[in-house]
Amino acid sequence: MSESFAIRTNDLTKSYRQFVAVDSLHLAVPKNRITAFLGPNGAGKSTTIKMLLGMIRPTGGNATILGHRISSPSENCRLRQRVAYVAEDKPLYGFMTVEQLIRFTRRFYSDWQIDQEQRLLAEYRLPLPKKVRSLSKGMRTKLALLLAFARRPELLILDEPSEGLDPVGIEHLLRMLVSQAAEGVTVFFSSHQLAEVERVADQVCILNHGRLGLNARIDELHQSYRRIDVVFETTPSERELAVPGIERIRSNGRQMTVLASRNADQIIRRARDLSAVSVEVSPVPLRDIFLETVKED
Amino acid sequence: MLFQKLNPGTGQPLYLQLMQQIQHAAETGILRDGDQLPGIRTLATELIVSPNTVVKAYSELEHSGHLELRQGSGAFVKTARRTRHLADRVQLARRRFRDLIDRLREDDLRDQEIQRAFEAELLAAVEASGKR
Repeated sequence: MSESFAIRTNDLTKSYRQFVAVDSLHLAVPKNRITAFLGPNGAGKSTTIKMLLGMIRPTGGNATILGHRISSPSENCRLRQRVAYVAEDKPLYGFMTVEQLIRFTRRFYSDWQIDQEQRLLAEYRLPLPKKVRSLSKGMRTKLALLLAFARRPELLILDEPSEGLDPVGIEHLLRMLVSQAAEGVTVFFSSHQLAEVERVADQVCILNHGRLGLNARIDELHQSYRRIDVVFETTPSERELAVPGIERIRSNGRQMTVLASRNADQIIRRARDLSAVSVEVSPVPLRDIFLETVKED
Repeated sequence: MLFQKLNPGTGQPLYLQLMQQIQHAAETGILRDGDQLPGIRTLATELIVSPNTVVKAYSELEHSGHLELRQGSGAFVKTARRTRHLADRVQLARRRFRDLIDRLREDDLRDQEIQRAFEAELLAAVEASGKR
């Protein structure tokens, strides 16, 4: 069953005393795809990722990565060989030079590709003799990315990889993600950059208050979500337009704006039945779908 | 052919945008029968989109008879006689649209209003005919 999923969590929970950071999470990340992990700050994205990698212990539930149970220390060791991870705060050994850190890391992994390492060193223009602690934020990010991309893992997990990068760096990062995916690497990355996500991701998981708000293919979201602007002859009540799939209605007098997650055609027909004088349909960008999913009621 | 960057902001799935680019290039003669398209990885990294987007566009185009996918050697353009007829029909449709747009503009409608009305009507027509 875990065959088609790279990551699968079952009731995964992490609470700190009263505060529930991750709340009975059921997450299924398909293999051979690029999945974006979205959510507002504090939604529990990093906590989830750290639990998956065995860096913090869940208070409830369980999960598997590439079929390995995260609760088992011996399996955790094996899965670290098959997974590459770029952490949010890019914690690197500051006392080492760039060259020392690369040489140090290289020894741990049998899947290390020296030609890729050399290519990225040149592209990122990383200063080999410089101490890691004296690198700028962007340079640290690039170094952390190099350490992940120089390997050939089955699964690549990145926690806000574009943080601190300039537009050129972001473009390069996205190209790397796409090229890794083309080689069969499953990519799972968290991000706040919705425009980037919309371009490269196949799938989005939106986390809100430690729970999964949405898990869907981006193509399907684009095809099913619609904004429908209606002007009526006389003011109808919102209740009259009750059609499944309506996420939200904003109305002002005879004017009504409907956000529909599905059934747009049915909603249009219903609006016409209610003597709409004008019906306009437009697509919904991922940003709006995201904001709708995480809005506070 | 020169591929244009896909635009995620339009709400139209990226694979559809890519399909349209390739179909358009075949209709206008930029791509000829038998021309080879770039490999999945090459095109995905060039456009910076998921490889699955390219895979989906290619396989849909194969399904509709616009491409031939040969195992191990790539994707090749197929312009059957039917597609050439289609190209003529599309040309005609475009002329009709141009006339209609001119008239709607004369009626003082803005382009965005025309576009939204068109999409609403298309959606209603799809619903009426009961197919996608």
